[in-house]
Amino acid sequence: MHEMALMESVLEIVEDEARRAGATRVTVVRLAVGVLSHVDPEALRFCFEAVTNGTTAAGARLEIDRVAGAGWCLDCSTTVALDERFGDCPQCGGRRVQMTAGDDLRVAELEVV
Amino acid sequence: MCTVCGCGTATVEGGAVGHGHDHSHDHGHSHDHDHGHAHGHTHDHGHDHDHDHANAPVAAAAHVSRGEGAIDYGGGLAGVHVPGLSQERIVRIERDILGKNATLARANRRRLAARGILALNLVSSPGSGKTTLLVATIEALKARLPITVVEGDQQTSNDAERIRATGVKALQVNTGKGCHLDAHMVEHAIDALDPPENSLLFIENVGNLVCPAAFDLGEAHKVVVLSVTEGEDKPLKYPDMFAAADLMLLTKSDLLPHLDFDVAACLAAARRVNPRLEILVLSARSGDGLGEFVAWIERRAALARRPVAATAD
Repeated sequence: MHEMALMESVLEIVEDEARRAGATRVTVVRLAVGVLSHVDPEALRFCFEAVTNGTTAAGARLEIDRVAGAGWCLDCSTTVALDERFGDCPQCGGRRVQMTAGDDLRVAELEVV
Repeated sequence: MCTVCGCGTATVEGGAVGHGHDHSHDHGHSHDHDHGHAHGHTHDHGHDHDHDHANAPVAAAAHVSRGEGAIDYGGGLAGVHVPGLSQERIVRIERDILGKNATLARANRRRLAARGILALNLVSSPGSGKTTLLVATIEALKARLPITVVEGDQQTSNDAERIRATGVKALQVNTGKGCHLDAHMVEHAIDALDPPENSLLFIENVGNLVCPAAFDLGEAHKVVVLSVTEGEDKPLKYPDMFAAADLMLLTKSDLLPHLDFDVAACLAAARRVNPRLEILVLSARSGDGLGEFVAWIERRAALARRPVAATAD
């Protein structure tokens, strides 16, 4: 359950950016979470409310955009779609696939008042 | 009418009757606020503003108090106020959630490298025998290499005490509710331990095969410990940790004759999630294979070593 620690980092970024933007309240927090990243979006949602309670982001809506996974297959020499972190190449079935996208864990944007 | 929320004007008579909602907007202006109502009723309605003064440093509320009897709704961010339309706007950020930990970890790594210290982050499930392995490794190495240890656990200093019994300096970090060590905790642990130049620093992470994978501490290598009493498919079940590690130690090998553990299947599973993973099979109890781990450490400690700064005359 490191989602709680991650959410605390999210809140730190949100409060910092809200202050910088001169906002009084944050209404939407939009995260980019790759499908191959090591976090569970549901666990993030669960922690969000607990962590934001009593802050500028209290009551804000959490939106999570999933970023698709991709990898480079050494045998096909091409980029292939990946839906598992250590998945096989969907073209040749080989295992020599290096993840190239989908590991994202970012605060993408905020909506503020 | 309340111009903050646009709620109705039918609250004139009877004081607290009617206007009984709570305004929970957090504006940062100081109070004494005068709505400038032209009608002559007493403003005694239950108009509860929840002013969150914790937000005081946040500049530019949607409306800004301009001294006695004036509230400027054009002082907001958009410079105008249109009833019914908020002054909401989007702020693009694109900041990495683990960015702060990564920055601190980089600083730890630079600091350790500058002093020639080899830091190893030991990760595993609880009960894999990390501390027993550490004690055996320290006994084998302490005559040749200065060693310090950071022990991470949710509670108790039992592990640090076991390490101190070997004569090596150890610091216990209790994470409380935390499920992992982070770079900030390790920064403070390095401050407190002050490991000598050209030494070996073991960081024994909280027993957890999930969370510590995500947090770089500034170590040179993650070493994942898996005991033969666990399942051989654990690398597939908890791939992040095995992918993040550079070395895997398959421990408690002295128990293999009593178990159905398939070593080859386990190593294949580990190499599947991390083709570059180095693997050693050992037993801290019997000492089998421990020499190879000690040699692995010594090779890396030699590479990390810095020439000792010449002392000024």
